[in-house]
Amino acid sequence: MIWLGIDTANSPLAVAIVKDGQILTAEVTNIKVNHSAGVMPAIEHIFKKVSISPKEIDAIAVSQGPGSYTGVRIGVTIAKTLSWTLQKPLVGVSSLQVLAANAAMFQGIICSLIDARRQNVYAAAYDSTMGLAPIVEDGHYSMLGLLEQLKEIGKPVLFVGHDVDNFWGLIQQELGNSAIRAPYALDLPSAAQLIHLAEQQELPSIDATHTFVPKYCRLAEAEANWLKEQKGKQ
Amino acid sequence: MGEFIMEKDLYILGIESSCDETAASIVKNGHEIVSNVVASQIESHKRFGGVVPEIASRHHVEQVTIVIEEALLQANMKPEDLDAVCVTEGPGLVGALLIGINAAKAFAFANNLPLVGVHHIAGHIYANALIQPMEFPLLALVVSGGHTELVLMKNDGCFELIGETRDDAAGEAYDKVARVLNIPYPGGPKIDQLAHESDGAVDFPRVWLDHDSYDFSFSGLKSAVINYKHNADQRGEEINPMHVAKGFQDSVVEVLTAKTLRAAREFNVKQVIAAGGVSANKGLRTALEEAFEKEGIPFYVPPLKLCTDNAAMIAAAGSSMFKAGKRSDLTLNGRPGLELVSWNK
Ligand SMILES: Nc1ncnc2c1ncn2[C@@H]1O[C@H](COP(=O)(O)OP(=O)(O)OP(=O)(O)O)[C@@H](O)[C@H]1O
Ligand SMILES: [Mg+2]
Repeated sequence: MIWLGIDTANSPLAVAIVKDGQILTAEVTNIKVNHSAGVMPAIEHIFKKVSISPKEIDAIAVSQGPGSYTGVRIGVTIAKTLSWTLQKPLVGVSSLQVLAANAAMFQGIICSLIDARRQNVYAAAYDSTMGLAPIVEDGHYSMLGLLEQLKEIGKPVLFVGHDVDNFWGLIQQELGNSAIRAPYALDLPSAAQLIHLAEQQELPSIDATHTFVPKYCRLAEAEANWLKEQKGKQ
Repeated sequence: MGEFIMEKDLYILGIESSCDETAASIVKNGHEIVSNVVASQIESHKRFGGVVPEIASRHHVEQVTIVIEEALLQANMKPEDLDAVCVTEGPGLVGALLIGINAAKAFAFANNLPLVGVHHIAGHIYANALIQPMEFPLLALVVSGGHTELVLMKNDGCFELIGETRDDAAGEAYDKVARVLNIPYPGGPKIDQLAHESDGAVDFPRVWLDHDSYDFSFSGLKSAVINYKHNADQRGEEINPMHVAKGFQDSVVEVLTAKTLRAAREFNVKQVIAAGGVSANKGLRTALEEAFEKEGIPFYVPPLKLCTDNAAMIAAAGSSMFKAGKRSDLTLNGRPGLELVSWNK
């Protein structure tokens, strides 16, 4: 069974090909360039490197969000198109769970987060002693609100992700010694982890590819404002 | 020699996602539509009074594989029957462009097909190649939501911009005036209809700019409409929206027609075409038809569904680019401000 994995939900670009539980190639780059130009060349490159043609893959895993709207859409658009035209099933995985999985060897609560600007984050918390069961669901939170929730759990929390440093001072101030910083080597998404998580899901039917959409975890601003206006009118 | 070489038919898949339509189409030999699928988002954007880029991008992701599949199904073709994939590279909303472009790149890669990035306005112009053969030198009046241009083509794939708007595009002016008249988005077609049914017209100015210029300006006209409404409001008077619509449309149509006619004469063109969403305008079509009938120059305008955004026009322009040897690689990116560049001399 050959998998292609794609994670472009945030500034890092991660792609991998896994065959029968072995990584053939896995690449990650984090240089904050526009994904639109770079993702297809990166995919072409790894296929060439391992001498596999696109038609030989059996399934595709993609990071489904949350994250940068545009980044998530580029990954999902490419994954959907490959899945549909190659007729191979497509599995979506939370971009936050992909990050948390890097630190799954830690016994306890793992919080992965992505900077959503203005002191907001996309974040989730998982319990690694229970197979990465979500304790705080994937969502868009104010950083302070998230830390309140984590405080209530009353256990040490490991923070992982390339954006954690943007908030580390605040995290320490609120959680004190309960806050543990994962080593930076675990901070970037791994497309192999993504595939590993996808393998644990049931393979969807090919028909599901057309209706596959990103999980933005947030309404578009115009839509949120419009809904507010409608409520105001009632 | 003297040998007869049969040219192989050319089948091009076009993909378009620059604004609020997700579209895919297959065109044969650059002029014959085999399939043409458009998923419009207009209903979704109406509640916002205009196209919201983020919402547009979200819809494109939902639709893109569906419209490509539908284009293949309607054509009864498989990816291996195609010769190339052509996709709108720009101009347009960047987030929207990226969806069509990345789908096109993934499709081309998976099926080992050449890829060509196409200029959206070249597409609007080449919509005419789907109706009748283009003859050069040709003059194109491009009037859409984002563009108002006179383009001279001395040859296939060869563009010279001889005039353009210095401020608002014609479609933009229509939409803004519609807002003044409290007409819901998109207002262009409605103003056209009101003007058509009106029994009188407010006298608004015509903006000609310099005497020999082929440029346009519509922001002054728009302001004149706003002032007219404002003054009426201050006097506590009701305006007659039909008279305003007709007055506005008469001004736009007169200037567009006169400048197009003067350019057609100066450059001695064999054919004049109109392209873009505003070329759906009844008043404009009639005025151009009458003017060029009198002048004895053939004038064409595509049917409605080829005036607004579609992928057949992208495949048509892309066919000409493909034949000229133009190719894009997998680094193809969305270019919101892309300039129209000739691909032939
Ligand atoms: N009958 C009509 N009369 C006047 N304007 C019209 C008519 N029908 C459509 N329009 C206008 O045409 C515009 C849409 O045209 P089109 O879809 O070609 O533009 P666009 O694709 O948004 O812009 P561009 O092609 O420049 O990027 C809108 O401004 C709309 O109001
Ligand atoms: Mg257009």
